[in-house]
Amino acid sequence: MIAIIDYNTGNIRSVINALDRIGAADCVLTSDAGTIRRASHVLLPGVGEAGTAMNELRSRRLDTIIPTLTQPVLGICIGTQLMCLTSEEGDTACLGIFPTRIVRFQSLKVPHMGWNTLTSLRSPLLNDISEESYVYYVHSFYPELCDCTIAHTEYGVPFSGALQKDNFFGTQFHPEKSGPVGEQILRNFLSL
Amino acid sequence: MLSKRIIPCLDVKDGRTVKGVHFVGLRDVGDAVELGSRYAAEGADELVYLDISATHEGRHTFTQLVERIARAINIPFTVGGGISTMNDAERLLAAGADKVSINSAALARPAFISELAERFGSQFVVVAIDAKTTDNGTWHCTTHGGRRLTEVELFAWAHEAQERGAGEILFTSMDHDGTLAGYPCDTYAALSDGLSIPIIASGGAGSIDHIADVLTQGRADAALIASLFHDGVLTIPSLKQELHNRQIPVRI
Repeated sequence: MIAIIDYNTGNIRSVINALDRIGAADCVLTSDAGTIRRASHVLLPGVGEAGTAMNELRSRRLDTIIPTLTQPVLGICIGTQLMCLTSEEGDTACLGIFPTRIVRFQSLKVPHMGWNTLTSLRSPLLNDISEESYVYYVHSFYPELCDCTIAHTEYGVPFSGALQKDNFFGTQFHPEKSGPVGEQILRNFLSL
Repeated sequence: MLSKRIIPCLDVKDGRTVKGVHFVGLRDVGDAVELGSRYAAEGADELVYLDISATHEGRHTFTQLVERIARAINIPFTVGGGISTMNDAERLLAAGADKVSINSAALARPAFISELAERFGSQFVVVAIDAKTTDNGTWHCTTHGGRRLTEVELFAWAHEAQERGAGEILFTSMDHDGTLAGYPCDTYAALSDGLSIPIIASGGAGSIDHIADVLTQGRADAALIASLFHDGVLTIPSLKQELHNRQIPVRI
């Protein structure tokens, strides 16, 4: 069973649709700690404002559950940002799984919106993904590079397109909207 | 490097695409899902579906269509046409749309932009502007497909839309739309330089040169293309390859 964490953040529907397209059955939208712990894989998607999203996690006590999970966990967009140390957006303390900060783009147009490339790939999450593959981004804040960076993207500055620490994975881009490349990444995650 | 986006635009009436595309092997050229899937597979970076239904039943059918599109298509898509209330937007978001495009309703009530952005985020809100030049050379916004000229000046309106939380501006010159003679690149460049959000160019392209020009001289971030694709004048792979050959960053 795949648990998609439900914490009142938008756009979860598109993640469910993407999992359907790659034939992943048995997805459950839940905020129940027991269900999340029993899942084979856990997804933390989301769009929105970091401070608000973190409060939604805290109000469901998910901030204490998520860092203790031992199965593969995948954050997407805001979900990934919440797995970092802090976010400049709303001056938010996050879960502290990935040792990096979330900061705002200072140059170029904001939001960073559209298709950009992944380079310096290193993770089983990115198996069979070529260097310079394009993925779809929509965001104004980004994770800085760190030891856990498994893919770089450049937008005025280089930043973490994807991160991994042990069983925790995160993409700043949207695999559910990234065509065949995104679908391959989701399949890779589900085969972990 | 962030690529320039190529975005096919499909007009939908009563749940069916209006302009047929002569793809070999399409079972149903009027099926908006099949057509969108085909464009996505050919390398479209996003899709825009415009509902041109005039009736309540047509709009209801469109919502059901959006649900099918969201299930089938693996790239982002925007929906537009007749969106004038929070309920309209919420219904389409719930059906799976990634963005909504608003036009006349925003001009009639600019606070609508702010309300959408606050509730759903700026990434959800595309403000479409149809403008034409007036006798004294300034650009003014129009409504009703260009038929009604307003007092609102283009640059002031685009700036206000950004300040109210629009995530992108989709600008169509009604002087150029349908002419196949190219875009007003100077105007696009001034818009792009004056704003901090992405600009989508629409209306006027008749050739690859025109599209290349608006993405370089015009500094547009994306090009929305309808009839050139639907009429088979250009294909997405050939357009993108040619843009790539000219050192314009595109996803191939």
